[in-house]
Amino acid sequence: MKYTISALVSNKSGVLTRVSALFARRGYNIDSLSVCATEDATLSRMTIVLDGDEYILSQMMKQMDKLIDVKKIQHVESDAVFRELLLIKIRCDAARRTEIFELSQIFRAKIIDISHDTAILELTGKPVKLDGFINMVMPYGILESARTGVTAISRGSACIKDEADYKEKI
Amino acid sequence: MKLIGAEILVNCLKEQGVETVFGYPGGSILDIYDALYRDGSIRHVITAHEQGAAHAADGYARATGKVGVCIATSGPGATNLVTGIATAFMDSVPLVAITGNVGINFLGRDSFQEIDITGITMPITKHNFIVKDVNALADTVREAFRIANSGRKGPVLIDILKNVQIAEADYTPQTPQTPRRKPVPQSALTQIAAAIAACKRPLIMVGGGAVSSEASEEIFALSERLRAPVVCTLMGLGAFPASHPRFCGMMGMHGTETAAKLCLEADLLIAVGTRFSDRVALNRDKFAQNKTVIQIEIDDAEIDKNVTVTHSVLGDIKETLKTLLPMLAQRKDAAFEKAALAYKAAEQKKQKDNGLGHKILLAAAGHAPAECIVTTDVGQHQMWTAQLYPFEKPRTLCTSGGLGTMGYGFGAAIGAAFGTRKHILFVTGDGSFNMNMNELSTAVTHQLPITILLMNNHALGMVRQWQKLFYQSRFSQTVVNKKTDYVKFAESFGAVGLAIEKEADILPVLKKAFSIQAPVLVDCRISEDENVLPMIKPGQTYDTIITEWEET
Repeated sequence: MKYTISALVSNKSGVLTRVSALFARRGYNIDSLSVCATEDATLSRMTIVLDGDEYILSQMMKQMDKLIDVKKIQHVESDAVFRELLLIKIRCDAARRTEIFELSQIFRAKIIDISHDTAILELTGKPVKLDGFINMVMPYGILESARTGVTAISRGSACIKDEADYKEKI
Repeated sequence: MKLIGAEILVNCLKEQGVETVFGYPGGSILDIYDALYRDGSIRHVITAHEQGAAHAADGYARATGKVGVCIATSGPGATNLVTGIATAFMDSVPLVAITGNVGINFLGRDSFQEIDITGITMPITKHNFIVKDVNALADTVREAFRIANSGRKGPVLIDILKNVQIAEADYTPQTPQTPRRKPVPQSALTQIAAAIAACKRPLIMVGGGAVSSEASEEIFALSERLRAPVVCTLMGLGAFPASHPRFCGMMGMHGTETAAKLCLEADLLIAVGTRFSDRVALNRDKFAQNKTVIQIEIDDAEIDKNVTVTHSVLGDIKETLKTLLPMLAQRKDAAFEKAALAYKAAEQKKQKDNGLGHKILLAAAGHAPAECIVTTDVGQHQMWTAQLYPFEKPRTLCTSGGLGTMGYGFGAAIGAAFGTRKHILFVTGDGSFNMNMNELSTAVTHQLPITILLMNNHALGMVRQWQKLFYQSRFSQTVVNKKTDYVKFAESFGAVGLAIEKEADILPVLKKAFSIQAPVLVDCRISEDENVLPMIKPGQTYDTIITEWEET
């Protein structure tokens, strides 16, 4: 099973190491991890996709919550908004351009760079949509690609900031 | 006022009430040692090796309940602390380790004695800091003490760069906040109270968290209220008085037969401050079969980690029990209590004439000075001490439970001696003793009242016992047969050396040893065939307990 966890962590050097080292030593399998700054300069937000079961999810969240630099943590429910960004460079000579343009329009991908025989496309969406797009452009020849890893935010008025802090509970 | 970083550190230690620190000077920490020297009000104990300093700070913390402090220089000084920090981490001991490091201009250039100690200690500290700016130093030290001593306690490391030690900053003294214990509301305990009211055979299982939370009184009251027998894990020993009839001994791999029977028969297990380690639960899937388990625990991650429990409460043990006790009626049904007493009596009756090591420990327990604190190393002698020594009060046993650190006990004895000024009984084996025997010099320098019982079987007994059980007696590297004369060794360090070779030596030698208020080493020449029993094999269930050795 895949689970997504969001966490607000201190925006300091070494925090990513603490979190990733925790995964490594406890033997958790991570599919993706994305980190970014937030509107609060002291905090960063991490989105982690975990491959595991309910037990591992619960342990990983509790172990992460114990880290001093982890301020808030939340399991992202499946009805939340999930997005990922893809940049992909494909082989694209003049003869194929029209086909690729059409395909891009269907997926609402943007063409952001073009050369005599290549094109770079940009696509945002749920990870499955990105998977589908990659699948479709595969026959043209993928030269390289970069995905950001998933980032997520829950719907409605609920915010990660409102989560109870473990350190306050004890 | 304007102070340099090193002075700020010393002042912050004083803010926290630190009286004694253990450490070893070196190049990158000279300014801190200079500030300690100029200040003069903190006693600094120099050990023979930084590992000894870390264990001493740990023993100091376990014996007093205060935060232990150790100091080392960068590079090898810092890495030598690692085993001590890991020991404290596994047993949740509040410790602040302070290391110096090279200046910011040299950082990251593989400078002389530069090491990334925050990187190294990341998985074995509750948290760690590298201080690069003198203006952050005071608050970092305060935060380190707060983290070490709150919630589930543990070690915190502060790495202070050379340039921070000499840079000036403003310092304003602050009074530290006493760690607050959050009260537990009744509403969190209604299900637990109901489960307790409904049970027939309640058993209380006490772990190290009970000692940490100073909850002995409440556990005693709980046992009275429920007429429930009490078993302790290794880390919980002392939290319930061993002389009490309802105390049924240690549980786990080398626990009593009584504890094993009670664990099997209980329909309700109240687990207080224990993490159900593999040495206690053994088979984590079957351990709690057919019973209701209540877990009272301050670390959320320990709840349902090893053993899935029926009810749990997250919070301080003392506070939880203070709320819970008035919710419980006095139990009248004494059937399980009576069964426990009967099992205990039967087990005691069965005790055979044991070997010399057992006899020495029992005699030591009978003749040790009142309020004596016991420290141990790791191995057979440790288990014999846990099984035989009657620990009446919490903080009277310092032993490495989680990490199982051979060589822990001598440093711990030194720390406990400085912390409590009580007589220390340090039980060790010849394997463990050889790991940190250099600390005898520290003990002699300070004339610490430490009686060392060296259970000398010329072997690495516990490993040898496993080889006997699981490896068809192929004693690979466990029969060491060192030619060391430990009596002469003690004398050469300026300590008193004595020996016990036979039963008749026990009383006169021990009485003499305990009468000396200085380090005494007693070389107890025991047989290599004294084993630790009972035993439950790793991963097995409590009904498979072995009480008699089958010679193969």
